[in-house]
Amino acid sequence: MNIEKYNKVANSHQPQKHILNHTLMAFFSGGIIGIIGELILCFYQYIFDISLKEATPLMIITMVLIASILTGLGIYDRLGAKCGAGTFIPITGFANAMTSSAMEGKSEGLVTGIGANIFKLGGCVIMFGIVSSFILGGIRYIIGYFW
Amino acid sequence: MLQDAIALVLKKSKVKKEAIDLYYGGDLNNQLATTYYLAPFLKRPTIGLYGACSTLALAIIQASLMIENHVINQAISFTASHNATAERQFRYPNEYGIQRRETMTFTGTGAVAVHLGLKPSKIKITAVTLGKVVDYMQDDPNDMPRAMAPAAYDTYKQHMKDLHRQGIDYDLILTGDLSQAGKSIFEDMLNEEHLHYKYYDDCGCLLYDKKQAVNQGGSGPVCSGLVTFGYIYQKMLAGKYRRVLLLATGALLNPVMVNQKLTIPCVCHGFVLEVAS
Repeated sequence: MNIEKYNKVANSHQPQKHILNHTLMAFFSGGIIGIIGELILCFYQYIFDISLKEATPLMIITMVLIASILTGLGIYDRLGAKCGAGTFIPITGFANAMTSSAMEGKSEGLVTGIGANIFKLGGCVIMFGIVSSFILGGIRYIIGYFW
Repeated sequence: MLQDAIALVLKKSKVKKEAIDLYYGGDLNNQLATTYYLAPFLKRPTIGLYGACSTLALAIIQASLMIENHVINQAISFTASHNATAERQFRYPNEYGIQRRETMTFTGTGAVAVHLGLKPSKIKITAVTLGKVVDYMQDDPNDMPRAMAPAAYDTYKQHMKDLHRQGIDYDLILTGDLSQAGKSIFEDMLNEEHLHYKYYDDCGCLLYDKKQAVNQGGSGPVCSGLVTFGYIYQKMLAGKYRRVLLLATGALLNPVMVNQKLTIPCVCHGFVLEVAS
């Protein structure tokens, strides 16, 4: 059996993808995380009597803390398996990537383990985040210069 | 876990630790960490082998060839894998919340030790086929069944050709860890060539229940071992099967090589278990 023929046989047995199911789960779980964030934001604004700009970082820190604790308790990966992009895209997904890498490195010590591994998955997000924000910032500056 | 498995097999076959001439073992970790960190406790020569998920079959074949040629009298072949270490080795951190693809398999957690010797027992190994490494240009590390099915097919054909046998000569043909998708691909490949068989199943499908969330089924070097020597072996003793062919498949995957856009070579080793008449 040659490779082309094999690929044809193998393609006919590809397991079914649950695209609709996954999309809906991601939409609703991501939305729920957003609602929780919004509630925390309103809560801080109301309790501490501060502006939206001041309350936002506090809300982000709280969300990251909650996600990290859930990761440590082994709940977040189970949520992630069900919700997919819904828990992966918000800041909580980034917190999960960092915490899980750090937990993995724990047995290898503080420097060579946690220190070296913590950005194993999160590193690429930061790297491409900085590059894309540099490019977009440059475009915005140039457009603003002529406009 | 592996220590327990070896202690159990020694107890069951009523032999002393010192009587074993040679240990053959392997696992999925880098530098065969589990095997070689266990080796000091065995206090006997130990050979580590790597054949990915076909490791146990490779170890059994090596040991039985040595025994057949009277180089040694007794050997123990063992393997172990753990889902958490395998995930960490080949994929993502354990607590990383990511959705598993539908094509993925779940590395089984377990340890298998098999005692082989010259002394006749109820079930014996009658034939072995060492497989060729094949590469069907599959490059998706999340779809191992698809990469491994051609290897199983290759070894199957070689085995039948060497022994002048057909699939119907076996009561049961087992593949290692092709799981759901790979099983149907393998069945299709055999049907295409009009190769008949009595009964075929896959250890990956048998290891886990359908209700367990393991996507396509189980995988890992222990998958074929746990099913064959835990479940099928008992059935053979009870007289349900007389001759069983096990084709243990292995994807010789390296995450770095896959990231460098290279394909996944696969291998499959087969051996025949027969009830002594």
